[in-house]
Amino acid sequence: MSVSYLPKSLGTFASNTLKLLAGLGLILAVACGSEAPPAPAPTSAAPAAAAVEPAPAAEDSGTIKVGILHSLSGTMSISETAVHDAELLAIEEINAAGGVMGKQLEVVIEDGASDWPTFAEKARKLLQEDEVAVVFGGWTSASRKAMLPVFEANNGLLFYPVQYEGLETSPNIFYTGATTNQQIVPAVEYLIEEGKTKFYLLGSDYVFPRTSNLIINKQLEAAGLEAVGEEYTPLGHTEYSTVISKIRAAEPDIVFNTLNGDSNVAFFKQLRDAGISAEDLPTISVSVAEEEITGIGADNITDHLVAWNYFQTTDTPENAKFVQAFQAKYGENRVTDDPIEAGYFGVYLWKAAVEKAVSTDVAAVKEAAKGITFAAPGGTVTIHNENQHVSKTVRIGKVRSDGQIDEIWNSGSPVSPDPYLDSYEWASGLRELAQ
Amino acid sequence: MEVWASQLFNGLSLSSILLLTALGLALSFGLMNVINLAHGEFIMIGAYTTYALQQVAAHYTGDPQSGITFLIAIPASFIMSAAAGYLVEVTVIRFLYRRPLDTLLATWGVGLFLQQLARSIFGAPNVQVVAPAWLSSTVSITSNLLLPMKRIFIIGLVLACLGALYLYMYRSNEGRRMRGVMQNREMASSLGVSTRRVDSFTFALGSGLAGVAGCALTLIGPIGPSLGTFYIVDAFIVVILGGLGQIPGTIMAALIIGILNTLFEFGTTAVVGKVLVFAMVILFLQWKPAGLMRARGR
Repeated sequence: MSVSYLPKSLGTFASNTLKLLAGLGLILAVACGSEAPPAPAPTSAAPAAAAVEPAPAAEDSGTIKVGILHSLSGTMSISETAVHDAELLAIEEINAAGGVMGKQLEVVIEDGASDWPTFAEKARKLLQEDEVAVVFGGWTSASRKAMLPVFEANNGLLFYPVQYEGLETSPNIFYTGATTNQQIVPAVEYLIEEGKTKFYLLGSDYVFPRTSNLIINKQLEAAGLEAVGEEYTPLGHTEYSTVISKIRAAEPDIVFNTLNGDSNVAFFKQLRDAGISAEDLPTISVSVAEEEITGIGADNITDHLVAWNYFQTTDTPENAKFVQAFQAKYGENRVTDDPIEAGYFGVYLWKAAVEKAVSTDVAAVKEAAKGITFAAPGGTVTIHNENQHVSKTVRIGKVRSDGQIDEIWNSGSPVSPDPYLDSYEWASGLRELAQ
Repeated sequence: MEVWASQLFNGLSLSSILLLTALGLALSFGLMNVINLAHGEFIMIGAYTTYALQQVAAHYTGDPQSGITFLIAIPASFIMSAAAGYLVEVTVIRFLYRRPLDTLLATWGVGLFLQQLARSIFGAPNVQVVAPAWLSSTVSITSNLLLPMKRIFIIGLVLACLGALYLYMYRSNEGRRMRGVMQNREMASSLGVSTRRVDSFTFALGSGLAGVAGCALTLIGPIGPSLGTFYIVDAFIVVILGGLGQIPGTIMAALIIGILNTLFEFGTTAVVGKVLVFAMVILFLQWKPAGLMRARGR
């Protein structure tokens, strides 16, 4: 009856295994120094290939297949699930209104599982097996960079809905989120105009914050300023007391926050616990939107600043309709935010381009897409003729105690996308750096 | 001077968090030799229990900030995680006791399952636990030396857990049986101790402690389905460095890692600080593979 142990060998084995684990942690930490997935990615969950709308047989020429590829499991599902929801909503609306060129859209949903190779693999599956006309998907720059060669090799079409670090154009990708000159650069300009002189740059340790801070440093230099501190923490970092001590010691008048994901929750909770309010030291975040504020807790981030192109409170008739439709479908307590909106209007931009081209052929759609505009919830967006980004209005907002955001500044009119920052003198050399 | 004092406090605080997350692991891994990769998910269960309890309380009293709710959440988290741990032990782990590699894979699978389960129940986005008002203050020693109440509370909670664990292991019959099985399983068994029962209990206790950690971590960290993954590697390293089966070693290891990590991080960056700590632990284990404290020969 007794379960006999072999304590010695087992212990050694366990200790060896754990040395291995420690080593793994080391590798992970080092890898995070360059550009790495936040957490050991879980194996992909069952591929949820689901045809959402059964195609009405009445249409003679059937349906158009479109793909959605976001992380529905793993660490990034925190953010990506909502974008997936918004894209489904747009597709449903389009189908209810008669489809695209009279054809219903048939959705194929795949799960990127927060794992970059999985994104590449699923993108290939969508393009080669399902032969979808377009894919809406991605969030992290790592996932986009993993999918990019697949879309270029298979001549597919990807709509990417998240603000990113710029310095990229692919003939097969439409970027509906902001590039740097539509978010980070104007945010820094705004802060300088507000009289901020001592910037502290805090970010997660991967490509987006590093590139952003490279740009911010150049911009500050051109304005005769210098960052008083620059600090990176591994993705998923949850202990900010030391960072906060450093910030306190550097005495900045603004913290420019490019932290991503869960770290924001820990940072803002601990900043408040340390007795630092937005009045003492304001921060401006570029990866914290309404959805993230829910998890951080509004009272932990009240009065801090954020920079985006869209807020749930943005006052347009299109937005009122969008928020209402989103909440009607997914629940009263759901919020909308910038990437959700960008995912939503991306579907409509594609629809407009297809209808103009009268074809789903990639070359034809790309040609037709030039200059196409759409009245998005956040204001009019226009696809740029060359770089396939969209022009959109820049907005800076202040977080309210109910978790919504009050706009305190906007660019007045849509800002034309400039992914390589060619129109800024101080940014010369960035293009070379990116290649 | 104030900077160093505040860094020392930060180090102690980090140590207490490390110890809280590692204590349960020290039982399941250290005493039972089960490599439990789902330990982080038991932390998560504790955190979500706290969240759920607060939602329920807010629904009935309209006051999400009630301090009493949070105090009730601590034992509730313990019970929920312990129950989950018990379930995992009797359904999965008991069949794998002599196959450590298999427990590693099986518990990793259990961890993924629990994460996805949390995602299905509570949704993928992070949720929020409102800290009670009495925990949201700071204690100011001098004008520049402010100690967050939450951190002090967590240090106190760890001390309480240690005290309770000591009483259980050294002052109760259950604990005596547990130590007996640890020291000589066959002898204990032949003297009539049900080793099966002791195994389940020990594992449940370890999981329950993870639940308490999860409850405390809601105060300072994110609460989402993958929250366990942020703490699991550090927890394992603390247990390994401390030496298998050695609770005092685990305490020492948590103190050393916590304080060194904060010091290194202050001197360098968060990434380099962590790398230095990992490197030092690996070097130390090359020198003393058994960790800080050696198990006495059996």
